[in-house]
Amino acid sequence: MNEVLIFTIVTLCALGVLAAVILYFVAQKFKVYEDPRIDTVEGMLPGANCGGCGFPGCRGMADALVKQDDISNLYCPVGGQETMKSIASYLGKAAPEKEPQVAVVRCGGSCEKRPRTNTYNGAASCATIASLYGGETGCTFGCLGQGDCVSVCNFGAIRMNPATGLPEVDPDQCTACGACVKACPKGIIELRRKGVKNRGIYVSCVNKEKGGIARKSCTAACIGCGKCVKTCPFGAITLENNLAYIDSNKCRMCRKCVVECPTGAIIEVNFPPRPAKKDEGSNSPATPTDRTTQATPSTPAVKEEGATHQTTQA
Amino acid sequence: MLKSFRIGGVHPPGNKLSKGAGIVTMPVPETVVIPLSQHIGAPATAVVAKGDTVKVGQLIGKSAGFVSSNIHSSVSGTVTSIDPVVDGSGLRKPAITIRVEGDEWVDTIDRSDTLVRECTLTPSEIIARIADAGIVGMGGATFPTQVKLSVPQGKKAEFLILNGVECEPYLTADHRVLLEHGREVAVGADILCRALGVDKAYIGIEANKQDAIDYMEKVCADHPHLEVVPLKVKYPQGGEKQLIDAVLRRQVPSGALPIDVGAVVQNVGTALAVYEAVQKNKPLIERVVTVTGKSLDKPSNLKVRIGTSIRTLIDYCGGLPEDTGKVIGGGPMMGRAMANLDGPVTKGTSGVLLMRENQSLRPEAQVCIKCAKCVSVCPMGLEPYMLSKLGKHRMFAEMEPRHVTDCIECGSCAYTCPAALPLLDYIRLGKAEVMKMIRARKG
Amino acid sequence: MKKLIVSPSPHIHGSDSTKRLMRDVLIALIPAFAISVIVYGTSVVKVTAVAVISCLLFEYLIQRFLLGGKSTLGDYSACVTGVLLAFNLPSSIPVWLVILGSLVAIGVGKMSFGGLGRNPFNPALVGRVFLLISFPVQMTSFPIPEGVDSLTGATGMDASSGATPLAFVKEALKSGKSVSELMPDLSMADMLLGYKAGSLGEIAALALLMGFAYLLVRKVITWHIPVSVLGSMALFSGILWAVNPEQYMNPLFHLLSGGAMLGAIYMATDYVTSPMTQRGMVIYGIGIGVITILIRVFGSYPEGISFAILIMNAVVPLINKYVKPRRFGLAK
Repeated sequence: MNEVLIFTIVTLCALGVLAAVILYFVAQKFKVYEDPRIDTVEGMLPGANCGGCGFPGCRGMADALVKQDDISNLYCPVGGQETMKSIASYLGKAAPEKEPQVAVVRCGGSCEKRPRTNTYNGAASCATIASLYGGETGCTFGCLGQGDCVSVCNFGAIRMNPATGLPEVDPDQCTACGACVKACPKGIIELRRKGVKNRGIYVSCVNKEKGGIARKSCTAACIGCGKCVKTCPFGAITLENNLAYIDSNKCRMCRKCVVECPTGAIIEVNFPPRPAKKDEGSNSPATPTDRTTQATPSTPAVKEEGATHQTTQA
Repeated sequence: MLKSFRIGGVHPPGNKLSKGAGIVTMPVPETVVIPLSQHIGAPATAVVAKGDTVKVGQLIGKSAGFVSSNIHSSVSGTVTSIDPVVDGSGLRKPAITIRVEGDEWVDTIDRSDTLVRECTLTPSEIIARIADAGIVGMGGATFPTQVKLSVPQGKKAEFLILNGVECEPYLTADHRVLLEHGREVAVGADILCRALGVDKAYIGIEANKQDAIDYMEKVCADHPHLEVVPLKVKYPQGGEKQLIDAVLRRQVPSGALPIDVGAVVQNVGTALAVYEAVQKNKPLIERVVTVTGKSLDKPSNLKVRIGTSIRTLIDYCGGLPEDTGKVIGGGPMMGRAMANLDGPVTKGTSGVLLMRENQSLRPEAQVCIKCAKCVSVCPMGLEPYMLSKLGKHRMFAEMEPRHVTDCIECGSCAYTCPAALPLLDYIRLGKAEVMKMIRARKG
Repeated sequence: MKKLIVSPSPHIHGSDSTKRLMRDVLIALIPAFAISVIVYGTSVVKVTAVAVISCLLFEYLIQRFLLGGKSTLGDYSACVTGVLLAFNLPSSIPVWLVILGSLVAIGVGKMSFGGLGRNPFNPALVGRVFLLISFPVQMTSFPIPEGVDSLTGATGMDASSGATPLAFVKEALKSGKSVSELMPDLSMADMLLGYKAGSLGEIAALALLMGFAYLLVRKVITWHIPVSVLGSMALFSGILWAVNPEQYMNPLFHLLSGGAMLGAIYMATDYVTSPMTQRGMVIYGIGIGVITILIRVFGSYPEGISFAILIMNAVVPLINKYVKPRRFGLAK
């Protein structure tokens, strides 16, 4: 009995030692040196692995941040300026500067403004529709409504509005990682400079058809009339291929173009409602005002502050 | 035992409603819209201007590149616009719109019915005539024929295979062409053989067209190089690679072309067009289109001028039935559903299929039960369930090593799937993305 | 004009649906069920009904309150699980055990992985093996069909329950008897027709083969798995038999006894838990056949096909990863 016991113990120990020796040599042989700072930097990054930086995941970004001497071309849209600053100071490098951005859906073709001309019945994917045909409406530029952008968003920042059939971005959740921009086969979504209190003014249309054709398929289409271009005091608006574009870096949010646009294709979001002044009321139709209210929800605090802002501006 | 391809395949019901209907020549429409891109490759460049008068057979769009094709006017009249026009897909495509006035043909075209067998042209002359006539593959792929006939340096064509399979359900255009123009097709085959420098041609016909097999065997008695190969009915036998496998027992390797196994495949409609172009000097301005569907009053095979609107065709066949849910350009397996009826007939339109509303919607998709039916029917030996799942989750990089680029988009997987999953939708998406990736890599 | 419907091709769909396939499996099981009722009486109906109803109920409850999502009751898959579980139980089993088995089959075997299509193991077998290990006495005492009382005398078990031919042979061989001494007690014809003791669905080999023919005609399954399971069982046991016919039973006995037919035709071919390629199916089938004979001949259980299938189920992802279909273009 004793012999068996001793034999067993000795064999097991011997096996253990042998395995340990083998493991040690294997580990030595296949050892890969990694800068320990990569782990630290990866820990500082948000860990969303969204790919917004251009790398497949946070690890790749961390690797690049540590290895590259000049990190000015690297930016984590999710972590933002704060994260980049702390990482840069940890690594002793200069932090890249970038303005905060937000994704904007440039299509206003809701169900009633852009009537359906046929019914799509297939895989729920915008990319599939885009490769198949022009889409369910007469407008072949606009949103296809299957929500590819929604499904790629890692932050729950973009949601389909069943009433309009269009996606809506929550600017507070949006990290401007750009996943939706890449996913949209129609190139409707754009990353734009984030305004104060999430305010923004943009042309909510990408239809490049001539005015008449665009208007026929969607009542909210940009018809390329150019009124906004003339109105803009800052030269922020350009017109190309029958389509107006507002440069978010030049726009000073004066909102003059919004009133001017005959189809309501220029949208203002998160602005306080315009006070019903007499002269303004006579100048412009009521359309822009109700567009403001339908836009993204804003907290009451923002509204109050916005109101004071409005008065100072006026 | 009849020949067939060796991997996969499905057996959709044939529904060849119009197989007994002889080819009827449609009256010339009031206007035609002739797209400048009716083929694979670069769109043609318009060589007429608004207000020009044109004759039938006159060149109006010139081939713009190696892989491109000439476009000819199919009617005589006045060019009213060369602006983009909405086609069946709802997209605006460059096209030439012509208002029809009379029916005046270009003088050089021989419009008689007499069969001209003699052809003494050299191969390069034949290919030049085919290129001039703007002939493309008429089975639906619309690949410019002259490109297919130009055998690259170092490769040798051994066999010509004429594709008379018509494995798509409902379609009967090729069947009728064989029955009514079999002799011209055979001469066309001779000319193609001459152009390619091969001395053996096969014509593959599925066994559900016994009358065509019998007739063509009779015709082949006069054409010693040409041999009819009856094939077992199985979809997608009309696929180029599948047909070569069925007829020659040779498999075209992944990424290779038929010429790499010594074969050139041409549709029987193309052979007819080649005959007309080379022997009669007639460019590709009309084609046989099957207009069919269970709800249609009289399913027909019509000889139609290119550019005639789909609506005109349907009206000619008794009008659009009330309960129509879907109109498909081509057959039900690979055809494209149309968003409107204003699109024109093009060189590749082999059929117009109307489907009732209750047949049009797909069955509701359920979960994959891994029944492996898609794997067993895939004629390319792929794993559709896996590719589709990867495509759905946008994992395109994983699809490339699984050979998604081999997919011929025949739809057998989605047809057979008991869970009615949109397998092909996602595979097609992935294939397009992978192709993009490969192109980007090549630079 | 009405709006046209646009969808990507193909625009037609075959007649197959999950529902139809599952219904065909149920139809294919009818002959075996009928034989079972003839042999064992109405208790068979009771066990089957309880298993089916409880499977459906548990699936509904789990889907409704735990998983969410669309109900999958309509596709008959829970029905099939219920019937197959019942077919793997003795007809004398208490009702509460049937309900417990159904709960394990559906709850643990199927729904815990996310429901239909996601379970790595055959749910009915998970339920069965759970019962077999937890309640061995109830699971291995079978009522004696009329006309097969010869077996009870040999094993000396109590009069109300009998041993399956496999258990009988195993016991006898262990106690030193030779095969030729046992053969007179075993009638191959009875085993083919169903006059033997066993789980209620496994006894009638011929009826199960009829169901196999139906499934083949309806193209519900292909021949690959059943043929490779039974073939490798026959081959492996045949080799042993050739080595020593006094020590090992002949291949025919192995094919006709126990759950070989039921397992090979209905359990191993479960779509979800079997490989995706035909070559993979053959590998999987051979694995099941070999493991079954190993357990039967050398293991401590008289029957091993349930374990063999579950073991091979675990290997399926590996088979799927490495065994790919023959791609077009590789043949010369």
